[in-house]
Amino acid sequence: MNAVATERAATPAALAVADAADGSRVLALSGRLDSYSIAGVWRAARAAVESAPDRRIVVDATAVDYCDGGGVAMLVDLLRQPRAGAAAITIRGLKPQFQTLLDQFDPRAFEAPPAPPAPPTSTVEDIGRITAQLFRDLRTQVAFIGETSSALWFAFTHPHRVRWKDVWYECEQVGANALPIVSLISFLLGVILAFESAVPMRQFGAEIFVADLVGLAIIRELGPLMTAILLAGRSGAAFAAEIGTMKVNEELNALTTMGLDPVRFLVVTRIIAALLMVPLLSLYANLVGILAGGLTMLSFNIPLVTYFHEVDSIVDMKDFLVGMVKTPVFATLIAGIGCLRGLQTQTGASAVGISATRAVVSGIVLLVAVDGIFAVIYYILDV
Amino acid sequence: MSPVPESDVVVRVEGLVAGYDGDVLLQNVSFTVNRGEVFVILGGSGCGKSTLLKHMIGLYAPMAGHVFIDGEDIVAAEGPQRRAILTKIGVMYQSGALFGSMTLLENVRLPLEEYTALDPGAMNLIARMKLKLVGLEAFCGHMPSELSGGMQKRAAIARAMALDPGILFLDEPSAGLDPITSAELDALILRLAASLHITFVIVTHELPSIYAISDRVIMLDKRARGIIAEGDPKVLRDTSDNPWVRQFFRREPEAAEEPA
Repeated sequence: MNAVATERAATPAALAVADAADGSRVLALSGRLDSYSIAGVWRAARAAVESAPDRRIVVDATAVDYCDGGGVAMLVDLLRQPRAGAAAITIRGLKPQFQTLLDQFDPRAFEAPPAPPAPPTSTVEDIGRITAQLFRDLRTQVAFIGETSSALWFAFTHPHRVRWKDVWYECEQVGANALPIVSLISFLLGVILAFESAVPMRQFGAEIFVADLVGLAIIRELGPLMTAILLAGRSGAAFAAEIGTMKVNEELNALTTMGLDPVRFLVVTRIIAALLMVPLLSLYANLVGILAGGLTMLSFNIPLVTYFHEVDSIVDMKDFLVGMVKTPVFATLIAGIGCLRGLQTQTGASAVGISATRAVVSGIVLLVAVDGIFAVIYYILDV
Repeated sequence: MSPVPESDVVVRVEGLVAGYDGDVLLQNVSFTVNRGEVFVILGGSGCGKSTLLKHMIGLYAPMAGHVFIDGEDIVAAEGPQRRAILTKIGVMYQSGALFGSMTLLENVRLPLEEYTALDPGAMNLIARMKLKLVGLEAFCGHMPSELSGGMQKRAAIARAMALDPGILFLDEPSAGLDPITSAELDALILRLAASLHITFVIVTHELPSIYAISDRVIMLDKRARGIIAEGDPKVLRDTSDNPWVRQFFRREPEAAEEPA
């Protein structure tokens, strides 16, 4: 108990139990009966009642100075105990103002416990429910892909109908505002790659080939993928939270009743912004990563000119395109998943958080999976 | 901290100056609330009713002035002393502000869990009795999102009463409710005031509610940045010579002339 309770207990509740000559048990309550001070008295009173199942119980409240909702609850608790007719519980001496409070409650109405929680379901039922949910999700996703494709085609064929102001705003959010974090992560990625590979390569006098490793790994794979993962965490979650909050606030309903398609209004603008910004950010991440590798190699006495010459000799346009071709796909995935999760937001305070989490988790999983598919395709095509 | 001498004054606001970002919304506001009365703060939209309420419950720090709850200055109080003052008051927010991840019973139990050493069964019983008082005992296990707006507000009153505070602050209890639900809420307030002797401080601009429940009102006006009338609402409606007060009570749309 805290200081508040201690202060309130200045005139503490007290209980004296005595067995009268007529066979009844008298519980004499005194002092201040409130929620802060009655915990001990309540337990003792319950114990005194339960230990005398056959005796008549008289609760003497003559010396009670104060009794609020907590004290009344204790009296109701005593009165609701199941007793045989001859062993009934009665209260005497309660001051009229407190008796008025007590009279508002029928102790028998509180005999039944609150509604029990829903019974546990069987495993078979659970499997069925989860499967049905998966199919519902799949159906929603297919419908979303269809609606979005249709809206994107409409935007492509009717560019003047696209809300370009919203697109530029989203470009700023997704692109310009993400530059610091993309810079930092790309730079560190380049440094780590260079250091980790340079140390073993130095044993063979092959430090210069660090440039090949860093150049190829970043241009073909890590630059676009790390940028996409960063944006899935940053912009994907933001899209889900923004659209989720709009759904909770019934703004989506408002759009629908105005005859405006939420997909065209909210999803298309974000996908276009991501399609414009993810390739640019990936290109930027490639440059920063390779530069970081070059700066790291300075500590291994390899000049920048030599490093960049080596990168230029090993990385060609094909490698660049192999990396950049993925970026529009990543962009569509990040924006699409973020918006879908936002549109799927349920009601309640935690719903937006759940949507944002789902957007990030499913976004990253899908990005890595799609990157794996690209790797297989490139292997088959021998590029 | 200076003690308030009158034993029947439970809330005393002295020279309160309040606003946001340097803009003064309320200038030098002073009034008292007496024990056991239903006290209503009324006024048009944007006049600072809710701002005043939030200063009275210690949520916002005033630019100047004091708010005494049972003789203790909530503005100056800190730590355990502030917590002690806060246990004397209960607050119902305009939206209900029930915790969406908890059932109604858990919402009402929360203050009991944090402030008392009662057994879980005892806390459950108290929470059920509070919900019974507001007519929601049958909805103990429901989540707030499963209830209507009026039910959420009643549940919020039950939660505000969990620790049996002497003063309940209600922010726009009738806002957004249908007339029947609004009247039921008014009846509940009157019943609680009569049976539990709770002092109510209510912010509202719903005229039917004001006439139905208030013992005394103060009226705020944004042009005056403070109180422009105080007293019985029906008397103010019928006899006030302040054009802004008449405009409010008579629901006149046109801007009234400056008071003399």
